[in-house]
Amino acid sequence: MSPAAERFPAAARTALRDPVLRANLRRATTTIRAKRAEVVSEVEDWEHLRARGRAIKQRTLAQLPDLLEALERRVVEHGGVVHWARDAEEANAIVVGLVRAEGAEDVVKVKSMTTDEIGLNDALQRAGITPYETDLAELIVQLAGDRPSHILVPAIHRSRAQIRELFKARLPGTEDLSDEPAALAEAARRFLRERFLTARVGVSGANFAVAETGSVCVVESEGNGRMCTTIPRVLITVMGIEKLVPTLDDLAVMLDLLPRSSTGERMNPYTSLWTGTAAGDGPEAFHLVLLDAGRADVLADPVGRQALHCIRCSACLNVCPVYERAGGHAYGHTYPGPIGAIVAPQLAGLEGPTTSLPWASSLCGACADVCPVGIDIPEVLVHLRGEVVEKARRGDAAAGERLAMEAMARVFAGRRRYEAAQRVARAGRAPLERMYGGAGHRPPPGLGGWTASRDLPLPAPESFRDWWRSR
Amino acid sequence: MRVALFITCLADTLFPDVGRATVTILERLGHEVVFPEEQTCCGQMHINSGYRQQALPLVRRFVRAFEEAGADAIVCPSGSCAALVRHHYAELAERTGDERVARAGRALAPRVYELSQFLVAELGVEDVGARYPHRVAYHPTCHSLRMLRVGDAPLRLLRAVGGIELVDLADAETCCGFGGTFAIKNADTSTAMMEDKLMRLQEAGVHACTALDSSCLMHLRGGIERRGLGIATPHLAEILAATGDAA
Repeated sequence: MSPAAERFPAAARTALRDPVLRANLRRATTTIRAKRAEVVSEVEDWEHLRARGRAIKQRTLAQLPDLLEALERRVVEHGGVVHWARDAEEANAIVVGLVRAEGAEDVVKVKSMTTDEIGLNDALQRAGITPYETDLAELIVQLAGDRPSHILVPAIHRSRAQIRELFKARLPGTEDLSDEPAALAEAARRFLRERFLTARVGVSGANFAVAETGSVCVVESEGNGRMCTTIPRVLITVMGIEKLVPTLDDLAVMLDLLPRSSTGERMNPYTSLWTGTAAGDGPEAFHLVLLDAGRADVLADPVGRQALHCIRCSACLNVCPVYERAGGHAYGHTYPGPIGAIVAPQLAGLEGPTTSLPWASSLCGACADVCPVGIDIPEVLVHLRGEVVEKARRGDAAAGERLAMEAMARVFAGRRRYEAAQRVARAGRAPLERMYGGAGHRPPPGLGGWTASRDLPLPAPESFRDWWRSR
Repeated sequence: MRVALFITCLADTLFPDVGRATVTILERLGHEVVFPEEQTCCGQMHINSGYRQQALPLVRRFVRAFEEAGADAIVCPSGSCAALVRHHYAELAERTGDERVARAGRALAPRVYELSQFLVAELGVEDVGARYPHRVAYHPTCHSLRMLRVGDAPLRLLRAVGGIELVDLADAETCCGFGGTFAIKNADTSTAMMEDKLMRLQEAGVHACTALDSSCLMHLRGGIERRGLGIATPHLAEILAATGDAA
């Protein structure tokens, strides 16, 4: 869970001042963006595939309680155990209890957004259990005591040179390490191999679960996930209740959409599917922890619920001009970028610092164009702005904003008032120009953000309507 | 054709030349232009800022003003404002709880056009008899591009302008950073986006950057003037209305 208490505008300001971060982000998002565009353009009817993806998720959410019960039945039939967690605390307690029951002192982890969301690593450490992240980028983030800044590329904010220095400081036998990707990967591999072979408990998230078969699916690129889900004696999977699809055919659609949207690959290197346990093959015990943590409340909002369609591909992050400049940490939550701006505040019940996130967007709509499951992110952003304003009765900003908005609405609501306001603005043109005309001038109240970097437009000497009447 | 001009509060108050240019183009093409004087603001700023309740009286006023105009088409020199009315007014008019407004809103929304879309897709016109002998970049504004899907309509119009040298802009489809109140509430991020756009404009070495929205242009102009970059920011309508060498 995020410790950040800062709201987006302030957090973004810090990131914007870091030229190395800006360059790292720009390089990485530009590369992934181009890769995605290329592999998506190969698919003859990508729009049709997206529509199918959206329809599957709509159908899933409409039948969620029934599908979850079906999933539970299948998992249990195949020798697994299903746990239901209302919130992060319950989920963490379940996992800690299972690890302790196994008598293990450490666990190996597959990259998982959900376990990051609930702060599982912290909970394990508090219980004296060491979690080892085994995805290369997650390992980098963990060794640095850092936080992930991207859904798919958690260390997107770090350059190779920075990673080399980190490994030299934290991994044994890396004194002569170069910053070549292969050398960095080999150093991590040597370190992780030992962990895989000795761990008794593996912990994963789930990309999908299939209700009709009770199968859980994890997709990944490095093979670490398959190690974690097959070598340890006990496997624990923590999954948000929305990660379900009804059938294996539905899963096939998702597996077409996901890699092209996320890594820009036609197919991801490793797709692992397992159903309960199998004698003599893989883990002897399998536990599935189904997490609500605010999701059922999101489901109750007819506009906001489409946020639960998300398959965590991160295509929206990679095309977002705000994310590209502010970076993932500015969002102060496990889920950054455009999707984070609609998921995070909803999961938090529209309370706390994440209520600033619906405004962390210029509503440019690039995210909606790439979303593989058709989430209309701008629509939800605008909806949540309305919800936050109505809930807080003062919006996301100072009371001054509400007063200004109400005053302007009154002006616009009547033609006479509107035209009178135009005349007042025009009369104020000369003093406005003297007071606020250029750099170094004191900004008008509430407009400091504008005038810090931009000149202020002045009312025209003659409004359009005055000209129209006089022609 | 009888065309009602939806001027937008911004152009009416701050950029009347854009309105005058729109009238010039439509009249040059032989259409009758009417201006419903009861119009004020379509309510976009309030809706997009989360002030839904405050926007509803503006929606009601807009629908009535244009219903009374009895025009064949409603034309607007803004992609963003046209998109709001075209795509969201049926639902917003519904929310006023006034059945007459709801009915009128539903009937009105599909007759609202952004200027370039109206000229190219509805009238089938590309050459409007304009002359603008300058090196120009076209910045596709987000709502015209991704909400209205104007496609290459503005470029078709620009290509037919006499003397123009139209250049490709790198990262053209990336947002300029305006975003309404975003420009103030997230001023630092907005500025970073603007600076990248200004850098691209400078690289392109253009005399002018044009677009379909006075709002985005106002933001870019504010940045250009503050930095003394000397790039003009005419609205597309102003280029299409121009006939001489004066910029």
